[in-house]
Amino acid sequence: MNKTLSEKILSRKVGKDVSAGEIIVTDVDYMFAHDASGPLTIDQLRTMGIQKPAYPDKTIIIIDHAVPSPNKTISNNQEKLRKWAIKTGSRFSEAGRGICHQVLAEDYASPGQIIIGTDSHTVTAGALAAFGTGMGATDVAVAIGLGKTWLRVPETIMIKLDGDLPTGVYSKDAMLTFIGKLTMEGATYKALEFSGSTINNMRMDERLTLSNMAVEAGAKVGLISSDETTKKYLESRGRGKFFQKIMPDKKAEYTETLKFDASEIEPTIAFPDTVDNIKTVSEAAGTEIQEVFIGSCTNGRIEDLRIAADILKGKKVNPNTKLIVTPASRETLLLAVQDLTLQTLIESGATVTPPGCGVCFGALGGVPADDDRILTTSNRNFKGRTGNPLSGTYLASPATAAVTAIKGEIADPREML
Amino acid sequence: MNMEGKTWPFISTAWKFGDSISTDHISPGRYFHLRTNLPELTKHTLEDAREEYASNVKSGDFVVAGRNFGMGSSREHAAIMIKMSGAGAVVAKSFARIFYRNAINVGLPAIMCNTDKIADKDQLSIDLELGKLKNETKGFELTFSPIPKEMMKILSEGGLVSYIKKYGDLKL
Repeated sequence: MNKTLSEKILSRKVGKDVSAGEIIVTDVDYMFAHDASGPLTIDQLRTMGIQKPAYPDKTIIIIDHAVPSPNKTISNNQEKLRKWAIKTGSRFSEAGRGICHQVLAEDYASPGQIIIGTDSHTVTAGALAAFGTGMGATDVAVAIGLGKTWLRVPETIMIKLDGDLPTGVYSKDAMLTFIGKLTMEGATYKALEFSGSTINNMRMDERLTLSNMAVEAGAKVGLISSDETTKKYLESRGRGKFFQKIMPDKKAEYTETLKFDASEIEPTIAFPDTVDNIKTVSEAAGTEIQEVFIGSCTNGRIEDLRIAADILKGKKVNPNTKLIVTPASRETLLLAVQDLTLQTLIESGATVTPPGCGVCFGALGGVPADDDRILTTSNRNFKGRTGNPLSGTYLASPATAAVTAIKGEIADPREML
Repeated sequence: MNMEGKTWPFISTAWKFGDSISTDHISPGRYFHLRTNLPELTKHTLEDAREEYASNVKSGDFVVAGRNFGMGSSREHAAIMIKMSGAGAVVAKSFARIFYRNAINVGLPAIMCNTDKIADKDQLSIDLELGKLKNETKGFELTFSPIPKEMMKILSEGGLVSYIKKYGDLKL
């Protein structure tokens, strides 16, 4: 059979050949819930009369959204999750450890797995050739209770990126360009697969950015074949034994193949209020920005902070804007402390907040004022996303974010590199 | 599967929304702290799309929208809130994948058809089994593709929780 990556992973999992369109019931390797949907997940388990997870060692509870907890209601909800995890012997990732998708990448995800979480950006694990997909609380509760879930094997759109990205252009710019082309519903019910020489040469953090945003085109997963980079990443995490090579068959069938020349991609930005509302940064230059956020499961990794710090080194955040930096995980934070990335950012005037989802989802700190424009390195810019429906959210790379913070207006990172 | 006090198909009022209604429109992130207080959270249903919806919707009314309804977050609260607000169904040109699954899981019918000719306040009746939507105000009928049979099994039990309580397993 000629299988796509999705068909290959799912076929191996269910032990027979399956192809796009089939409904399957499959075992799940990891199922997780976080503090935004975890309480509902546990309530649904109880209502179903399920007392404990089918596999506590595959069940992960992660506190990442409201970190540290801003009020007693959220504290009580987080405590409920903590107690449940301890009582059931499930794995538990405490507040401050990091964003669920970063924690999954660092400690759990490996090629060929099926991972489901109560978060749409569970697709991030696709960068490690894991079939990661987001579901609602009840679906995840069922997976926790039974150790399995049902899936429709998706058709696949291939995104092929070849060549070298120019200086100042990053995987975030490439992904925003893809979404602009696909539109935010272009991959609904489908899988995305990324391939081509540019992807082959990307570091793991850059790949995680691509896979993370697959859902912004409506996709169920955003998969990348496993290779030497995957192997080295897993080895660096002490998980080398979980490596396996998974790639699509040469004659796999794709509903569509979109080809891009990396050398033609420019610094790109999504304007409010949809992720496919794409412009080049040069077109957008000069738009005043009152707040910049560098962080999130899309672009809050150490490499992202280093890119920003290289640009901000010896410079100051513009007095007309604010810069908030939130590392994606404790490890990211620690690395940024050790190599002085954090010092550079703080000296430039950045406010650094604890590892977690931070400003991205609009319920913690950093909520913009009325009529403010906030530029973030995260993945969504829907109305009210960052907490105030009267503000506008712009999405861009860490480099564009850093240059914008210096200038107080949207600016092209190529000017400062 | 029936609405409280109503038997399908019944006639009710359309609330018309546009394209690309995200889960942030339906269940704004700023009410994160209310996610464990569903009745209170439901008072903010669709607040960033039409602020007047939550306080004026009547039991059985239909949420009618354009393309890609429910895009974005996997928060099941979005589907639960629409259901708890009293809506009998969501009708849209297309749905985001996770929202569609969540809607069925919480027992909220999600119907895909061309909604261009449905206006706000139109009186609609929907026959889930026959796959027919009748616009009583404008006097036309639309057919829609039935909900996939695997999902119809879940919906007809009133949602995934009831389904699992009954069967104890996923037997689609």
